[in-house]
Amino acid sequence: MSLDDMTTISNGAWRTCRESSLIEDDRPDTQWVDCMARIRSAQDQTAFVALFRHFAPRVKGFLIKSGASDSLAEEVTQEVMATVWQKAHQYDETRASVATWIFTIARNRKIDLLRKLNRPEPEDLPWAPEPEPEQSEVLVIQQESARLTTALAALPEKQRLLVERAYFGDLSHSEIAAETGLPLGTIKSRIRLALEKLRHEMR
Amino acid sequence: MVQHHIPDKFLMAYSAGVLPEAFSLAVASHVSLDDDSRARLETFDAVGGAVLDTTPAATISDDCLAATLALIGGKMPDALPPPPRPDSLFPAPLQDYIGGDLDAVKWRGVGMGVKQAILETADEATARLLYIPSGTAVPDHGHNGIELTLVLQGAYRDEGGEFHRGDIEVADESDEHTPIAFGPQPCICLAVTDAKLRFTSLLPRLAQPFLRI
Repeated sequence: MSLDDMTTISNGAWRTCRESSLIEDDRPDTQWVDCMARIRSAQDQTAFVALFRHFAPRVKGFLIKSGASDSLAEEVTQEVMATVWQKAHQYDETRASVATWIFTIARNRKIDLLRKLNRPEPEDLPWAPEPEPEQSEVLVIQQESARLTTALAALPEKQRLLVERAYFGDLSHSEIAAETGLPLGTIKSRIRLALEKLRHEMR
Repeated sequence: MVQHHIPDKFLMAYSAGVLPEAFSLAVASHVSLDDDSRARLETFDAVGGAVLDTTPAATISDDCLAATLALIGGKMPDALPPPPRPDSLFPAPLQDYIGGDLDAVKWRGVGMGVKQAILETADEATARLLYIPSGTAVPDHGHNGIELTLVLQGAYRDEGGEFHRGDIEVADESDEHTPIAFGPQPCICLAVTDAKLRFTSLLPRLAQPFLRI
């Protein structure tokens, strides 16, 4: 498929992803997970275009809020979205939403480029994400992530701005108190369970 | 089983990407050895995901998608990287800074059988490996700033308790502590500070410029 083909079909692709999520109305939180699965299993470029249309403007907005100029933010957004394709196999839908995973990629590029620092990353887990994880476990993490987004939007403005400023890099590490006012207990215990399960299955 | 975990505020700062490089190295190394801290870190990453989700969309240029597809260049997604070697002493992020495992460390003796190796990081904070023979005390010291100590081999005890592989201790300027290594093996730690240590006894103070700590 040529670049032109991909760009012209992109609107249709976006609709396809939306439609699948509308048909399965009880699973509204998994449309981006489905796109990632299609990129992994079939190098599905239409699924990538759908992800791009949703996330690229947000990644760029995040980078601008983090202090990048418009042109730098645009360039880094392209690199981040290309990384989403290249590292698609590393995404584990039992531990993170697609937005969370893309956030970590954008943050790492931001540290490289804006802070000009190396970013030591935790060692990869000694197992790959499960190729076909239990859908109930995927769903619960996606729903919890969506709830977190809703809870962030519902925070009192002063508190919400403090969280946002932390992630835009406006607070120094000594100013960060980690008291977000967000309900993080459930999502933490679900991630912990997913890690335990993976460790158990590796044995 | 790791008993001493890194406090949330360091995980949130690491997730937000605002820690000094040397502190990030300590957090990444600790998280590599402790699933509880990994789960809490990924929870703070989820907060970052929520921030990304609620960030107003910026206008992207018309050729942004085409430029991204050109970067991908028709390549297949990468295969997964090989899993890390499970039998190494140092977790992968630390090995990246050392250039290998224990046998690649360039130790320098600092007296009483204690050895150290400074790791190259940005200036804001200092990271060093310490090798402390069992039964030996690290000179009593206070801090001007924050010190993180991550145990990689053996164990030590001080006023804060006992620390084994994977455990991390956070000390600030109010803490005067005297860690003593114990157990069958020498204790090897990663120690990170954001300010120079001040030793409270005369001899180490004289040695301080030489130690670069």
